[in-house]
Amino acid sequence: MSDKNMNSYRNSPDEDGHFGIFGGRYVAETLMPLILEVEKTYRAAKDDPTFKAEFNELLKEYVGRPNPLYYAKRLTEHLGGAKIYFKREELNHTGAHKINNCVGQILLARRMGKTRIIAETGAGQHGVATATVCALFGMPCVIYMGAKDIERQKPNVFRMKLLGAEVIAVTSGSESLKDSMNEAMRDWVGNVEDTFYIIGTVAGPHPYPELVRDFQCVIGNETREQILEKEGRLPDSLVACVGGGSNAIGLFHPFLDDDVEMYAIEAAGHGVETDKHAASLSGGTPGILHGNRTYLLMDDDGQIQEAHSISAGLDYPGIGPEHSHLHEIGRVKYVPIRDTEALEAFQLCSKLEGIIPALECAHAIAYICKLAPDLPKDHLMIMGLSGRGDKDIFTVAEALGEDI
Amino acid sequence: MGISRINAKFEQLNSEGRAGLVTFTTAGDPDYNTALNILRGLPGAGADIIELGMPFSDPMADGLAIQEASIRALKGNMTLKKTLEMVCSFRKHDQDTPIILMGYYNPIYIYGVQNFIEDALAAGIDGMIVVDLPPEEDKELAIPANDAGMAMIHLATPTTDQNRLNKILENGSGFLYYVTIAGVTGTAKPDLKPVKTALNNFKKISQIPIAVGFGIKTPEDAAQFGKFADAVVVGSAIVDIIKNNINQENVANSDLEVKVLSFVGKLANGVQNARKKHEGFL
Repeated sequence: MSDKNMNSYRNSPDEDGHFGIFGGRYVAETLMPLILEVEKTYRAAKDDPTFKAEFNELLKEYVGRPNPLYYAKRLTEHLGGAKIYFKREELNHTGAHKINNCVGQILLARRMGKTRIIAETGAGQHGVATATVCALFGMPCVIYMGAKDIERQKPNVFRMKLLGAEVIAVTSGSESLKDSMNEAMRDWVGNVEDTFYIIGTVAGPHPYPELVRDFQCVIGNETREQILEKEGRLPDSLVACVGGGSNAIGLFHPFLDDDVEMYAIEAAGHGVETDKHAASLSGGTPGILHGNRTYLLMDDDGQIQEAHSISAGLDYPGIGPEHSHLHEIGRVKYVPIRDTEALEAFQLCSKLEGIIPALECAHAIAYICKLAPDLPKDHLMIMGLSGRGDKDIFTVAEALGEDI
Repeated sequence: MGISRINAKFEQLNSEGRAGLVTFTTAGDPDYNTALNILRGLPGAGADIIELGMPFSDPMADGLAIQEASIRALKGNMTLKKTLEMVCSFRKHDQDTPIILMGYYNPIYIYGVQNFIEDALAAGIDGMIVVDLPPEEDKELAIPANDAGMAMIHLATPTTDQNRLNKILENGSGFLYYVTIAGVTGTAKPDLKPVKTALNNFKKISQIPIAVGFGIKTPEDAAQFGKFADAVVVGSAIVDIIKNNINQENVANSDLEVKVLSFVGKLANGVQNARKKHEGFL
């Protein structure tokens, strides 16, 4: 048993938060005692059956889990190869996988006696999910969101306000996700006494990449049970989009030690050969930002560059440290998909399946369109459909030249 | 020189019975030449130690003033290599004033840690403050820097308890930088009393000199903290003068350097007279 564990892909991080050479705790000294406390609280919560019971109860009754593992018959027939399933995270309350993690973290915040919540958001899905759990627990909530993202994700901004959150427009830097994260960190440094920072992806200082992953593993654990029930065997491949990478790691992690191929799709914007993309693994190098060592987009001087993607949720110049590790050891294959390819897949999925996918997931669908046709019909492929596309209709309409 | 230049400076301050003034400006703000001229003028204006910011695109622990200084410098194509060149030019005329670099780890990591330590020492840099390297990550830079004779100044904050202080002091060298408030640079003025209490507690544990900074903006504030701290750091207030004396294209007004150095002179006067009975300037 111990031999088997030694060889597992699921043992990371080590006690200092390292996944291979990635991860770690690169934060201001002011935050260190707090981050150590988050870790301590998380370790205790993990071993506490009442914490687990409360988490599972909320996922069931409030989030609406388990969500279906849906056989995408028309897409499968259209592509004529692999049998394609969607893990329907977009059917969760608030319309994306983000809520799984928010439920877990707000329970941690309460356990630590914190009374105020902050978060960063890109597409607004994590902001909405955070505002939602804050409403549920009656906690004040401040969301940092890039001014550029506020402009392109107006419906989500209004949803957050309806839920009682204060949305602060971030006008520094590139006015998108990385700058919102900087601003949230600055808030946290100034409010360590009462504030908990709900980070929305598997990035940030240790233990965030680990705890966000663990909360999101409900995706892969459920998928495993469901595919065994439906097909009597594990899938042959998994496909998911990655920005920071929380939905991908949540789907992949429970299968890492199995004979399952994994494809994570990065946003290539106008193309990784241009300077307008968000593909940190395909086009970046290792560096240090937002508390961890990971692959980043930067110039020769180590200055972080602006990412670009049509999808605000993937518009981040970094990626979670565990993904950097899985990339380097070759366990997961990271593939870039361009804006234009994602736009086509967005429309295809809407018309074929009656499901409007988030632009983020449209990247994964676009790759499936390339991969599936050449595979045999008994190849079982599961895609993480991590969010719904209602929030993206304005962006898509504009890209297609439609006036709505 | 490295750490020995810092040690010599604190010995000198100690023998003069006064606190030192540490000034912060960002390398390349608002442009290379103006920043170099300011740097050259600082010791004459009364700066005892110079803290020089390494511009970074994502300065997470800094308030607006220093964020904007970084952005101005980067717009003028400032790089880490040019920051080292700037210190090299400064050293041609000044061998006594310690220079401490302040910034974030990524540009140093990309430069290459060993190369950076060697080049920085050769340029005449004596120590570093790297905001996003807590003692948990000392093996990245602090340990190799100490081995090479470069001071690695560590930060202690209002959230630092005694156990943590011991951990901070393990590989912290040169001096200890006490961050007076839990927050980013350039925010509200800190209260004197808790800072004094913290320093008294630290002094029981370690003999390392302690500089205090964050939120200290006027000669009067500097004088108050200079009564009990070994050195007082002023940053955002100096950087604000730069911001207020440039045009929209970041071109410096002709009197920018004079204004910055005259303000530094007033700060120095405050710090130098802090422990004298008749504080003439007040």
